[in-house]
Order: sequence, then C-alpha cells, then structure tokens
Amino acid sequence: MEKFDVVIIGSGPGGYIAAIRAGQLGLKTAIVEKDKELGGTCLNVGCIPSKALLTSSDHFVFVKKEAAKHGIVIDDVHVDLPKMQQRKDRVVKTFTGGVRALMKTNKVTTFEGFGTITAPGKVSIKSSKGETQEIETKNIVIATGSAAIELPFAKFDGKAIVSSTEALLFTEAPAKFLVIGAGAVGLELGSVWNRLGSEVTILEFLPRIAVGFDLELSNLLQRSLTAQGITFHLETKVTGVKIDDGRVTVTATKGQEEFKFDADKVLVSVGRRPFSEGLGAETVGVEFDEKKRIKVDKHFRTNVEGIYAVGDVIAGPMLAHKAEEEGIACVEIIAGKSGHVNYDAIAGIIYTNPELAGVGLTEDQAKEKGIDVRIGKFPFRANSRALANEDVDGMVKFVADAKTDRILGAHIVQHTASELIAEAVSVIEFGGSSEDLGRTVHSHPTLSEAVKEAALNVEKRALHIMNR
Amino acid sequence: MSVEVKIPAVGESISSGVVSVWHKKSGDFVNEGDALFTLETDKVSTEIVAEKAGVLETKATEGQEVKIGEVVATIDDAKAPAEGKKEEKPSEKKKKPETEKKSEEKEPVAAGADRSGPGSPTPAATLSPAVRRIVEEEHVEPEKISGTGKGGRLTKGDVLAAVQERGKTEEKIEAREVPPSVDGRFIRKRMSPLRRKIAAQLVMAQQTAAILTTFNECDMTAVQELRAKSQEAFTKKNRVKLGFMSFFIKASVEALKAVPSINGRIEDDDFIQNNFYDIGVAVGTERGLVVPVVRDADKKSFADLELDIAGFAVKAREGKLKIEDLQGGTFTISNGGVYGSLLSTPILNPPQSGILGMHKIMPRPVAVEGKVEIRPMMYLALSYDHRAVDGKEAVTFLIKVKECIEDPKKLPLDF
Repeated sequence: MEKFDVVIIGSGPGGYIAAIRAGQLGLKTAIVEKDKELGGTCLNVGCIPSKALLTSSDHFVFVKKEAAKHGIVIDDVHVDLPKMQQRKDRVVKTFTGGVRALMKTNKVTTFEGFGTITAPGKVSIKSSKGETQEIETKNIVIATGSAAIELPFAKFDGKAIVSSTEALLFTEAPAKFLVIGAGAVGLELGSVWNRLGSEVTILEFLPRIAVGFDLELSNLLQRSLTAQGITFHLETKVTGVKIDDGRVTVTATKGQEEFKFDADKVLVSVGRRPFSEGLGAETVGVEFDEKKRIKVDKHFRTNVEGIYAVGDVIAGPMLAHKAEEEGIACVEIIAGKSGHVNYDAIAGIIYTNPELAGVGLTEDQAKEKGIDVRIGKFPFRANSRALANEDVDGMVKFVADAKTDRILGAHIVQHTASELIAEAVSVIEFGGSSEDLGRTVHSHPTLSEAVKEAALNVEKRALHIMNR
Repeated sequence: MSVEVKIPAVGESISSGVVSVWHKKSGDFVNEGDALFTLETDKVSTEIVAEKAGVLETKATEGQEVKIGEVVATIDDAKAPAEGKKEEKPSEKKKKPETEKKSEEKEPVAAGADRSGPGSPTPAATLSPAVRRIVEEEHVEPEKISGTGKGGRLTKGDVLAAVQERGKTEEKIEAREVPPSVDGRFIRKRMSPLRRKIAAQLVMAQQTAAILTTFNECDMTAVQELRAKSQEAFTKKNRVKLGFMSFFIKASVEALKAVPSINGRIEDDDFIQNNFYDIGVAVGTERGLVVPVVRDADKKSFADLELDIAGFAVKAREGKLKIEDLQGGTFTISNGGVYGSLLSTPILNPPQSGILGMHKIMPRPVAVEGKVEIRPMMYLALSYDHRAVDGKEAVTFLIKVKECIEDPKKLPLDF
C-alpha cells in the first residue's frame, strides 16, 4: 500500500491550498473530500457563490437606480433569476474545476469520500457508494472547516428555515425574508434578496451590527443598508419559531417588549461551529478546546504526533484567507521550513454595498488594551474619484499608536473596501506607520487617495478636508 | 561552525570596557575585517573587527560594560548572507564583473533623468518614507538602530525610540556634569571613567614601585642653535617642524643604551631586559593624559620621530588613538615644560622602570668656564624604579642625556 507524506482531510481553502503548497514542496500528498466537488464551503456554498449573486444583484440595482444619474436610460428593467443563478453555478463550476486541475498539476492524489483518522498515520475513506479504503501517511492535516450553527428551536429544514447554503439557491425572491444575526453572512444575503425584491428584516441580539468591526463604521454601514430598505431590530432576542402552512412566525423580545415577525423564509446566520467531530480525531486522542475547536500549538500541531489542523476547525477568525495562510504555513513546517502566520494583519470583510473591511485593532479594542492611539479619518465624499464615480458613500479610518505612529488598525466602508484594505494590510504587515502610508505616492484620481488622506489625518494634515 | 567574538586584551591595565556602538546588527552578514563594534575603555576607544566572515549574532547591548575575554557575539560562518547568494561571495574575481554589470544596468535608469527626482539618495531607498524623514531630520544613523519590522526592517517607532534614547543619554551626561551643589560651598561630582582610571593607575604605580627621582640640568644653547639653523631646510624637506622632543627621544635612546636596566621591567621575581626602544610620549588631551608610543625610536630618523609625534597629537585631539598606539612602551618622556613647570618628580608608567621629565627652558645665569653667563637652561628629572635601577645608573643616565643635548653632535644627526 502506498504511503503519503501528508494527507489533508477537507478541500476548502485551508485544505486545497495546503495541498498545492505541499505538492510544490515535493511532498507526496493526498487530499480527501467528502463532497463531489472540491473547494469546500467557500467555493461551493460560501464566499464564491455569494459574491456572484452580490455582484449580479448590485448590477441590477445600479441599472435600476443609478444608471439614470449617469444619463443612461433603460426601460423595463427586470431580473431573470434562473439565469442569474445559472451564472453563479457556472462561476462555481469554473472555480472548482480549476482546483481539480491544480491538484493534478501539483501531483496531489484526490480521494472522494469521508475521511476518518483510525490511528496516527492512518486515514480511512468511505466513499458515497459505501466502499471503504485505508491509506497510510506520515502526517495528517485536518482542514475540515465549519458548519452553520442551528438554533435549537429553529432547526434547518432547507425550505422555510434555511442556512446560507439554501439562501443562495432560492428560485424566486421571498416576499418576506427574515434574517437572524447581523454578521457577514446575514448582511450579505439580506442585501442580495433586498436588492432582488424581498422585504428584508434583520434581527440582532447585540446592540450593533457587524460585531468585530469598528463600531463607527458598522454604524455607517447600518445607515446605508437601512437607506436601501433593510429593517434592523437590534438588541432583539429570538425566542421562538413556528411554521404554519409554509409560513414562519418568529417571536422575539426587545427589552420587555415582545415582537412577532412573519416571513416566507428565515435565514439563521448566528455563526459557525468547527467541523471537528466524527473525524476520528477524538478516538486517537486529539484534544479540543471548550468550543470544540481542535487545540494546536503555533506550529499547527495537535497533541498527537503527526496530526495537524488548520482553518475554521482551530481557533481564530473563520476566514478563508486565514485558513489558506495556515495551510501554507502548516505544510511548510511539515517540510522542515519555517511557516508563519501574522494574525495581526488579517482583514475581515463584509461584501455589502458599501463593503465594510477592517484589519487590526478597532478604536475600541485599542482603548480596551490601554493603548494611547491617534485616529485618522477621511470621507469618500471629499475624494475626486468617488465623486466622478457618483459613489461617495463611506469613509476610511486609521487607528495608529500615539507614540510610535505604527498603524494598529485600518477600517474602510466603501463600494470597493475589500480591495482598498489590501494596502493597509501590507503596511501593517511591515510594521509601517501612518506617516509611511501618507508619504507614499498614490495615483490621482483614485479611491486609494482617500486611504492616504486618512493616514495623513492621523497627524492632522490631510489635504482635502478640515483636519480635526 | 560559529566562532565567538571576545573582548580582546587591549592593554596591560585594562580589565573592562563598554560596547559603545554596534556597527553591525544581529543577523547581518559580516566579512572578515569588518568593524563589528566600538569598544570604549578608560584609555581609548577602539574598533573591534570580525576575524571571520559569517552571520553575526550579538550578545551584548550598546552601553553594556564588558570584561576582557567576555563573549559579546558569535559569527556563524556556516550561514550564507541573508540573500542566500553564497556562491557569489568567496572569490573577489567573480565579484568584480558583477558590480560592473550592476553599474551598467543602473546607468540607463540614471540617464532617464525624470525617473529619479531631486533628493533621493540611494542608501535611503530601503527605508520606509517616515523612517527616511526622521533619519534626515534628526541625523540618526539608521544602520546603528536595530529594526523590529518584518525582516529586521526599521519602523518609525524604532527610529523615534532611538532619537528619544539619544536625548536621554545626552540629558544623563549633562545631569552628571551639573551636580547638586548642596549649599553652594562645594560641588561634588563623579569623576569621569578616564579620570578614575588615571587616579587608580597613579596610586598603583606609587604603591608598587620604589620610585626615586634624580635631577640634573642641561644647557639648551646648542640644540636651539641647531634648530634655528636647520629649521627651514628640515621643514621644507619633511613637512614637519623640528622640535625639541626628537632630540630628547634620541638622547634617551643613547642613555638607555648606556644604562640598559632603565629599559627593562620587573615582573614578579624576574627582571626583563628590553632590547628595543619603544618610547612613550605623554600628550595632554581634553579628556586627560594619554601616552602614545613611538616604536623603535633607535631606528627612526629625526624626521620620522617628529612625524610620529605630530600624527599622535592629531589623533589624540580627535579621539582616534587606538589601543595599540598606547601599548607596550619601554620608557616614557613627559614634558611638563609646555605648561611652564620648572621642576617636577614624574610618576612611573608601570611596568616601565624609568620616566624622563622635561621642563621649561629658562634663561638663567650659569657659570661657563668661570664666567657668569645667561643660558637657556632646562632642569631634567628621572624618576626610576629603584628595585630595578641603581642610583648610580640613574645618575649616569641623566648625565648621558645632558651630554647629548648640550653637544648634539653626539647624536646621529640625520637631517
């Protein structure tokens, strides 16, 4: 029986990227995937299809509401949802097919089936047809990701009460779409169906949306989304869900008050849990933390020799790019190199319009840590390119150390915040200061000039606004 | 393999020093002969160089006091330079065409004038914009600051801290110089390390040797006349003035040859006779007295001696004297005359056995062939270690010096 250097369980961004890197490093590599297509949640039912629908629906809104401002008059604008969904499926297929090709070019063996660790160095694979085979390996990387959390009183039925997976598959826009949880998934899918005609209500237990992002910018985003027609109920606790003849009634409390919401579809997006059970990890003695995440050291080693874990299944933000970097670092370590992930320079993004992106510390987090900070801000309404684009919603905000001027955090609300944040991530990665960024030449006219201006505003010398 | 960088024995009486500045950072690749750090001792500051090429790892911080023999760094010669271009390094021949190629590549860029704006020096190109500004405004040397950024890069915080740290040490020094004056009737202040070392040395000399001083005087007429006569030609030929010191060095060498025991030293129960003539010449500086050594004074011409002394004076003023400039003298000449001293009893410079004191030239009435004449006279003093040198020998020495000065034809006049 052939023996691998490394077997990766799970082919999401953590797993497939680890496999590519392992192949590059000359390790004899195998990847095990339970689903038919490679790519995991991100490619099949997460990041990619949601972005496809977000872009399509954003174009629709542009044509319907914005084009006329540019002097483009289009009559009879309507959505062909099946076609929109087909395009999304094509995007996903292109991407997952690409990953399969990448496995081949990097000489990675792909196994379809559910992988279970039977012993250190042994992985058993049970295919969908029920056949089982066992492979041997020197190292195992668990990259099994996460799954949506269910509410005990609102189990997913795939029809009325759905997770993000099903919310990407609707064949028509639900008349009333209720979202529980105002995080990235809830805000993005709420946006999609709001744009495509649903009446969208979002309930959030906390007094704010987009937890983990800078409060000021979260509030800014909430204002924009409210203006687009989404209704928010914050500090609202869902207490019960009742389905009656395909229609859902959600009961919730806000303070002492009780509310009832009725909806055609309810999306439960209250977070994700690590997919760590049933993999045999527990039977070979791998330790878990209190949140059922696999415990690893900074070299991604579990307590069992030869077993590693990366991505959503271990601690840290559940982000594809975090999983990817961990996957790379992990196999580099397995190959005897020095892999490293800088957790201070990982951006989080919500792909609404405007998008919300943040990296490093928020203003509040810095203050909680007792760090003396200086803040720099710049609104896009003072940016030339944003004005030319007729797209001035949003701002850039920097959190810099008052003493060293080092950038501790950067936060952006803007239509393309996901792209604009990359510059700040680079500067943070290199330990740069706001002055470094402010003294770097930015092309004119570009949206990136607003990033530079916000950096200049840290030292109160932005050029196109009154510095306060 | 990695080699240890130890504090070398830098002088007979020096047991410790301070690493004042690292010229290379941990992780830097150093070539053999590269200056690693400046070692400051009570006597002198000197640059310690790498004895091997390799990757440096420092173990002492700037400002840290270190003992002789202490390991302050290691050099790992197994590691290649950071870029990993090991093969390109060892042969000098290979290196040359490479640098030539580089400059060729660069040229077209420089020719495309618009690409490089004003005031963009190349070395600063690797610094981040904010770091570049602070380095220029504050005149700090970026290569002397250790970076905490990715790959050891300097961050703005690193440079700001370095600027602040510099301010602090400056403040500290000032604070020490202006001490609390209590009620104003006296001022207590800590002596500088050099001052303290000199004090300890002098006491040690007094306690160790049996110091005795013998005196004589000499008539400077002949030397003055000779200097006046030869000065112009000498200066023109040698680009240095003919001073008194070269005469006294030569006279001392002659006297030491006549009385060898003064050119020796006692070590435990042994007497060590030196058969070479390395003469220390005491030079006053702002920081205190230093004694650079003129090597093989017996073999040197008057011009060479004067050039040596002039060179030392410049180096001493600029603080550039090296440990080796001060080490290993066999005899010392001290000239209190430059300050106006008429007569003194110099203290030995251990482990030497003799020191000649020169003094102020004074026109004094003296008896010359039964007549009173006014002559330019100098008192001479020889302090000697009576353990090694007999009284008769000491007196003989001084008479020999006197004879050579009063009749310079006895010296090998080679100018």
